[in-house]
Amino acid sequence: MSSQQPYCTFYLGPYLFGVGVGEVQEIIRHQPITRVPLSHPVFSGLINLRGAIVTTIDLRRRFELEDRPAGALPMNVIVRYGEMPVSLLVDRIGDVVEAGAETFEPPPDTLTGEARALIRGTYKLRESLLLVLDINKTCGLGAAVGV
Amino acid sequence: MEDNQDIIQEFVAESLDGLTAVDHSLLELERNADQPEHIKNVFRVIHTIKGSCGFLGLGKLERITHAAEELLSQARDGQRAMSGETVALMLETVDVLRSLFQSLQTSGRENLISVDDLIARIVRLQKTAPGETPVPTAAAVTPGPAVVSHGAGDDFVRVHVSLLDNLMTLVGELVLARNQIVQSSLLAGEAGASNAAQRINLITSELQESVMKTRLQSISVIWGNFPRMVRDLSLACHKKVQVEMEGAETEMDRALIEAIRDPLTHLIRNAVDHGIESAEVRRERGKPETGLVLLRAFHEGGQVIIEISDDGNGIDGARLRKKAGDLGLVGVEELSRMTDAEALSLVFLPGLSTAQAVTNISGRGVGMDVVRTNIEKIGGTIDISSAAGRGTVFKVKIPLTLAIIPALIVSTGGDQYAIPQISLLELVRLSGEQAVQAVEMIHHAPVYRLRGRLLPLVYLNRELALETVPGAESLQDPEVQIVVLQGENGQFGLVVDEINDTQEIVVKPLGSHFKGLHAFAGTTIMGDGRVALILDVPGLAQKAGLSAGLSDTLRRSQSKGETAEPVRHSRSLLLFEVGRQRRMAVPLSMVARLEEIAVESLETSASRTVVQYRGRIMPLVRLSEIYGGETVARDGGALPVVVYQALGGNIGLVVDRILDIIEDGWSAEEETPHDPTLHTAVIDGHVTDLLDLSKFTERHCQGLVGQSRERSPLKQEVA
Repeated sequence: MSSQQPYCTFYLGPYLFGVGVGEVQEIIRHQPITRVPLSHPVFSGLINLRGAIVTTIDLRRRFELEDRPAGALPMNVIVRYGEMPVSLLVDRIGDVVEAGAETFEPPPDTLTGEARALIRGTYKLRESLLLVLDINKTCGLGAAVGV
Repeated sequence: MEDNQDIIQEFVAESLDGLTAVDHSLLELERNADQPEHIKNVFRVIHTIKGSCGFLGLGKLERITHAAEELLSQARDGQRAMSGETVALMLETVDVLRSLFQSLQTSGRENLISVDDLIARIVRLQKTAPGETPVPTAAAVTPGPAVVSHGAGDDFVRVHVSLLDNLMTLVGELVLARNQIVQSSLLAGEAGASNAAQRINLITSELQESVMKTRLQSISVIWGNFPRMVRDLSLACHKKVQVEMEGAETEMDRALIEAIRDPLTHLIRNAVDHGIESAEVRRERGKPETGLVLLRAFHEGGQVIIEISDDGNGIDGARLRKKAGDLGLVGVEELSRMTDAEALSLVFLPGLSTAQAVTNISGRGVGMDVVRTNIEKIGGTIDISSAAGRGTVFKVKIPLTLAIIPALIVSTGGDQYAIPQISLLELVRLSGEQAVQAVEMIHHAPVYRLRGRLLPLVYLNRELALETVPGAESLQDPEVQIVVLQGENGQFGLVVDEINDTQEIVVKPLGSHFKGLHAFAGTTIMGDGRVALILDVPGLAQKAGLSAGLSDTLRRSQSKGETAEPVRHSRSLLLFEVGRQRRMAVPLSMVARLEEIAVESLETSASRTVVQYRGRIMPLVRLSEIYGGETVARDGGALPVVVYQALGGNIGLVVDRILDIIEDGWSAEEETPHDPTLHTAVIDGHVTDLLDLSKFTERHCQGLVGQSRERSPLKQEVA
């Protein structure tokens, strides 16, 4: 069925998020992160991805959720933002989910503020809602937000 | 046609190279027609192009080159002199050819430019009576090496730049892997492994060097076009201009060469258009009629220096200043403080041009700021010096390569940072007592006295807003690590937690998310695989406010350069205010310390004001009481005190405000009538009294220190 879209899914706290499989470059374990002083707090810093320097964005901070408990190691979802890979820090990786277009809806009203702008919409899966991430908006933080 | 594209692109690249050589030869011929080897060179290139056009079905190119070849063959065979007319027509031909090739390069086909007129003119010239003075020797010339050889011969291979770029990236990776291997083999301590690691280390270094060399190009790649450009420009401006080049073989990284092409072109255009005067004016001024634009390139200390000078008008600092004031680009007060030499750097402000008339070549006030921006973008700098009526010199400094650089690794706040070695001057480590005392404060700005010069200090952890490691300040053995750096506007000391080692690092760009921070120049990967940030030294200096104040003064004195100035003294002065208005200064070398002394701690002893200072009693002299001036009323707070040593002890001069440190450069010092302790000078645009400390001590401090010694038991009483 052509209306079935595969999504890579991951969790942030209780929420299930999805990114189109085509937009994901790879998923890697937690890496040592070098912080970039003076930058906006959503940026955790930089990681070394086989010689390429990749900017990491902590999605918890991006969605204005509370920080991960100390000691909990995030996973890196590497997505393509234009030509540039960007790593999104998430709590836990879920399955690849095939979602039918007929279950798609605009962002739910419960999502407010910044978060709402970063979501393309939701799929009503059987067990939960899948929030589809807008990669360009999520990664599109200019230097302007730096301190 | 598709199949031909690769061949065509290669043909275009070769031909464009060839045309540059033709330009060169034609210009030589324009100066002196009797140079058969140049005629042969031109003929050879045109002939080659014609041959290939036939194969590739490029009609226009073939027709032009055919006509040109006929004309050139007359010259080659000595039947025609390469007179001005012939050369001019050939130069025009080269332009048309170039335009056709450029169109081929971008669109894969010849453009719509009409060539019939040109061809007709070539044919007409060819049919006219051959030159009055045939060149008899031309036919008899024995074949010799071509004057300018371009990629000729079997020893050269044309390689696509993207391949070299890729090689460079791979070598970069290899260097990183090498660093990791070397580090872990050192830890493991196995003889076999560490031998192998050592070999890999050496081979990698050599490989890296070779690959870097493949990317080097001589600067003649861009300079080659300049003589032609200057010729055309000078014709258009009705001037006589000659270009001379020194060091055209100087090599630098390809990427950098491309990056400086436009800025250099702009500078040369300016030199011809605004710099060089018309022949009449030059004659009146007693200069040779033909103006000179001199290009020099050479290596110096890991950098490439390119100088562009002309012997023309020079830039009038006063006029620049007026213009900048009229346009409101710079505050009136700031302008009034500048000397004419300092005002020269105003040319780099956006929107400023001193051209009296806007010509179609330059003078619209766009450009010099872009020139500077472009040069700074690749880590270079540009300076200007000029003498009115004698000429202008632009000095451009460019790093040799950008990809792999030696760097010093430091730590602060638990993270490692790399500092490009190019801005590194020295390292200073202060420990124990020294660490506590050596850092002094001038007006809330920390400084360290480095061999008698005051070095402004910048704390990396503060600039980067890092939390300080708790307990660091209460350590038993405090240490201060200072990295002395050459900032854009002078030296400064960067205080870090730890100095690690030096390494060759591979520079990788910083993601676009962090572009606005101005603290980092890039990133790199350390031996352990972690990412480290490369500090942007000029950016940090600017962040720390060093571009103003202290180092601003330094820069101003440096930028004065060699231009004619009245006799200048070179020592550092501490500048302070006495009373409300009076500016005074003492030589910095005489100053022991600068202190802020709490008003409450002042005591009176035998009608002198004293203070306990380092376990002794130090007399204080209020300068405002001696030199008049309205004393600034102070209720409590701290008094700025300049401490100097005399008469076997310390004497404190109470001033009202510490202003600045002035490095090198003030003028016209003269003795003040009626007061032997003072000299008057103009510093920074203000009349300032220089205090002669030895005469001052003689006159005003006799007995102060001696008495305080006798009374030293007092110290115990109070303490």
